[in-house]
Amino acid sequence: MSVVQVKGKDVELDEDGFLVNPEDWNDDMVAYFASQEDVTELTENHWKVINYLRDYFKKFGAAPMVRKVCKDTGFSMQEIYELFPSGPAKGACKLAGLPKPTGCV
Amino acid sequence: MDDAKTPLLDELEKGDWPSFVTEIKRAAKKNKSAQGLLEQLETSYREKIGHWKHGGIVGVKGYGGGVVGRYSDLPDKYPDVKEFHTVRVCQPAGFFYTTKKLRQLADVWDKYGSGLYNMHGSTGDIILLGTTTANLQPCVDELSEVGFDLGGSGGCLRSLACCVGQARCEKACIDSMDIIRDLTQKYQAEIHRPAWAYKFKIKVSGCPNDCAAASARSDLAVIGVWRDSIRIDNKEVRKMVDGGYDIINRVVRKCPSEALNYDLVKKELTVSAEDCVHCMNCVNMMPDAIAIGRERGATLLIGGKATVVKGSMIGWILVPFIKMEAPYTEFKELFEKITEWWAENGKNRERIGELIDRLGYANFLDAIGLKPLPQMVRAPRSNPYIFWKKEEVN
Repeated sequence: MSVVQVKGKDVELDEDGFLVNPEDWNDDMVAYFASQEDVTELTENHWKVINYLRDYFKKFGAAPMVRKVCKDTGFSMQEIYELFPSGPAKGACKLAGLPKPTGCV
Repeated sequence: MDDAKTPLLDELEKGDWPSFVTEIKRAAKKNKSAQGLLEQLETSYREKIGHWKHGGIVGVKGYGGGVVGRYSDLPDKYPDVKEFHTVRVCQPAGFFYTTKKLRQLADVWDKYGSGLYNMHGSTGDIILLGTTTANLQPCVDELSEVGFDLGGSGGCLRSLACCVGQARCEKACIDSMDIIRDLTQKYQAEIHRPAWAYKFKIKVSGCPNDCAAASARSDLAVIGVWRDSIRIDNKEVRKMVDGGYDIINRVVRKCPSEALNYDLVKKELTVSAEDCVHCMNCVNMMPDAIAIGRERGATLLIGGKATVVKGSMIGWILVPFIKMEAPYTEFKELFEKITEWWAENGKNRERIGELIDRLGYANFLDAIGLKPLPQMVRAPRSNPYIFWKKEEVN
């Protein structure tokens, strides 16, 4: 657990850098997460994925499977990794403010 | 209590066998996190509870897997193992290394991690045990410079594994090492960028001895086999028998399908090839006299796995015989059809064997375009039935 200051506001993150309280999510947090996850510039395509993930989560209470993300957004896996170099789970879900996906052993 | 003392772990150093405790103690002499591991583990033994949190999402740039996050749930007490992530490194086919390569690997791991390894994990990867989040990227970058890449974790094609194959074994019916190398090169995206609901494993064994444990530990097992007949050199048979070898009890009576016959007068061993089930006993027992056949290829098995959604399953026959010659186009097409059907229909954490159980083998065969064959019957001695489709019965 750690606390970071983003635009003067204290925000609590877990050890993997995901939001502890989902209500802390806002545009400033997206920009902060982008800087942590090698996203240099937030484009329209990034927002398309972020908004899709948030909508899906609101509707179903869980993150979609990667295959579904690709199908529904129209981006290939390659394109998803180009947008989010640390991948859909560690990158895209973090920027979208979703709870941490369960670890996969 | 003095944390440096580990009376319970010390018990595990007694006896004749090598001890993991001894190895952790050796690493602890030059590495603080290994010392932390030792102390936390002693606490776990004392309290009879594990002190690792489950999972964690860490990683390196461009990869969706290959690193498994590990965090201590006693970070204040054991700050040196607060972050203790596991790095999976893809092994070369058949586990062949030069000492130089191993030293290069060890140098990188001494610099960035605990200095502790599993050689190898059950998937086959070299497992590097314990590093921090900050050290991950530089560690993987330097591993890459000395020629190592990450293996798989999560819902991906896991690092492919095989036996030592034709590099080391006269029984290998197929070039298991080349197959693994070729598939690893081809399916880099599937290995490093998890796109499925769960793991998928491919293992290749050169012969039915199955040294890679493919039948039990891989979703798609490739097992080398011959389809003509074992080759018997009766001159060598006689030499063994004349030397006092009990061929009747050790070989002929052990043949599970009674395919072998030994003529006591002529001192001649013969085989009924169509009865042979390729159990390997005679080939293993009389290596100078009995050899694998000439017409070689592989049998493919589907559905092997360890527990999670359902209990352990052993693979059963999908393709009785396939040639398995480079560039393995037929195999690759089949693999892609299998994973496509599984990705489309599988639930979270459902392996291919479990999905086939749920939706039926007939549906699976339809989807991948294979015709049902008698060899595919999973348990022929207990369940000889097949389900006909509606249009096949009046």
